[in-house]
Amino acid sequence: MLRRPLSRAARKEERTAWVFLLPWFVGMAGVTLGPMIASLYFSMTDYNLLSSPKWVGFENYGKMLDDPRLRQSLSVTFIYVVLSVPLLLAVALALAMVLNRGIKGLAFYRSVYYLPSLLGASVAVGILWRQVFGTDGLVNKFLGLFGVDGPGWISNPDTALYSLVILHVWTFGSSMVIFLAGLRQIPEQYYEAAALDGAGRLHQFRHVTLPLLTPIIFFNLVLQVISSFQSFTQAFVVSGGTGGPSDSTLFYSLYLYDEGFGRLHMGYASAMAWLLVVIVGFLTAINFYFSKRWVFYGDGK
Amino acid sequence: MLIAFGLVMVYPLLWMIASSIKPDALIFRDPSLLPTKTDFGHYSEGWSALSHPFGVYLLNSAIVVLGALLGNLVSCSMAAYAFARLKFRGRPFFFGMMMLTLMVPVYVLIIPQYVMYSKIEWVNTFLPLIVPKFLATDAFFIFLMVQFFRGLPTELDEAAKIDGAGYWRIYFRILLPISLPALATTAIFTFIWTWNDFLSQLIYLTKPELQTAPVALRNYVDATSGASWGSLFAMSVVTLIPVFIVFLVGQRYLVKGIATTGMK
Repeated sequence: MLRRPLSRAARKEERTAWVFLLPWFVGMAGVTLGPMIASLYFSMTDYNLLSSPKWVGFENYGKMLDDPRLRQSLSVTFIYVVLSVPLLLAVALALAMVLNRGIKGLAFYRSVYYLPSLLGASVAVGILWRQVFGTDGLVNKFLGLFGVDGPGWISNPDTALYSLVILHVWTFGSSMVIFLAGLRQIPEQYYEAAALDGAGRLHQFRHVTLPLLTPIIFFNLVLQVISSFQSFTQAFVVSGGTGGPSDSTLFYSLYLYDEGFGRLHMGYASAMAWLLVVIVGFLTAINFYFSKRWVFYGDGK
Repeated sequence: MLIAFGLVMVYPLLWMIASSIKPDALIFRDPSLLPTKTDFGHYSEGWSALSHPFGVYLLNSAIVVLGALLGNLVSCSMAAYAFARLKFRGRPFFFGMMMLTLMVPVYVLIIPQYVMYSKIEWVNTFLPLIVPKFLATDAFFIFLMVQFFRGLPTELDEAAKIDGAGYWRIYFRILLPISLPALATTAIFTFIWTWNDFLSQLIYLTKPELQTAPVALRNYVDATSGASWGSLFAMSVVTLIPVFIVFLVGQRYLVKGIATTGMK
């Protein structure tokens, strides 16, 4: 199409659009893009906020290669994501399926299951968790009923991370609501047709529900991986800000915070932030790559 | 089955509420929900346990939340109107850019932002937590409103235009009033996320008189080092009450909001 000069009305519309977008432009430049560029620059400097940044090139990135705490924080975070995300999605999907059968009091159950996902990120719940999984917390009280003498889950480096995994799975409600909305979209006729062909419940799930739901599972998966890789508050609260015991809950974000704001290694922390960008981007790309094998789009795309 | 599972889910929360009105000695001995002895003293004790009454922290949280809420409603709806309804050069490019910012991890931004805000002496003010919200930095809400605006018939705008209404009038008098559900969803999510937010409030508000409720609560853990769980739980309950109320009032919008955009 030929580019025609804009008419007067079109020019007015365009001017109005810029005015409406003005706050966004200022924010984009000043609060997002500008800081991103600055972060890239800081990542190649030695900077402690008090004196001016000193250029060191790729030294910070090199340092990351043999930083044992960085390796520890990566492995903690990976374990956390790999355990909690699939578990969370499985629980969310299972409950969405049960709730979708048209039981009485759906709204009530949905609320009860959804509530923890709103509260889960709060400091108050972190404090509660410290207690529930503490030496004489609720979990051990419950195990005590069966004569099991549970350890102090939070204070034991072998188990502390799992209490955070459980906390994350506890917040499955928001994913469940997305699954519920997806299940509603599956036409009843598909099930009827499958039943006519003699497919049982399990078959229907395997061959009707699951394939049609894969786009939503995929969507949830991508979102959950991105967000849980960046979890901060609960590890901070449960470990008292240290990532302990013995770095067993040292999430990547917690280590980054500690380097940047605890020790004022702003340059190193910025380099860590860019590694995080690469990792999150890479995980998302992997997800998209493998999605071709298992995600089914009804329209053949 | 469903009831049992639901009970397990909310048991910790109920237990926390029950524990906040139990005498300290009973909290760990008696895991039941109905306290045999009640003691509301934890609430007054916790309220005045830190250097300022807990009300100060709640008020600080309220200021931050209300500022963020107003900012998001105004700036995101303006940007969304332009993206959804107005034609301008580069629209697909800028829209794509906006969507990309959804993926940027906050950790890339917090350090340079902190440096910037400390240079202009905004640290230990509410400004770093509020001003960016007036600059439409929460792209998620722009996206949510763009989706909503796109679902509205353009005939509305055209009819108004024929009647001689300008763009501002269409935005204020036509789009905003019928977009109440999207605005409500934005308001509710902004409220809950900002109220629960910890990291940025931890970084920017270090003076005790400026601290928000989550930060104060966190400091309370250190201050008591586990001595008085009753009052710690009491204040935890206090900080959860606003979220719970918003949840009860806004459930409808929350469920719809996450179902259409897929966020928590």
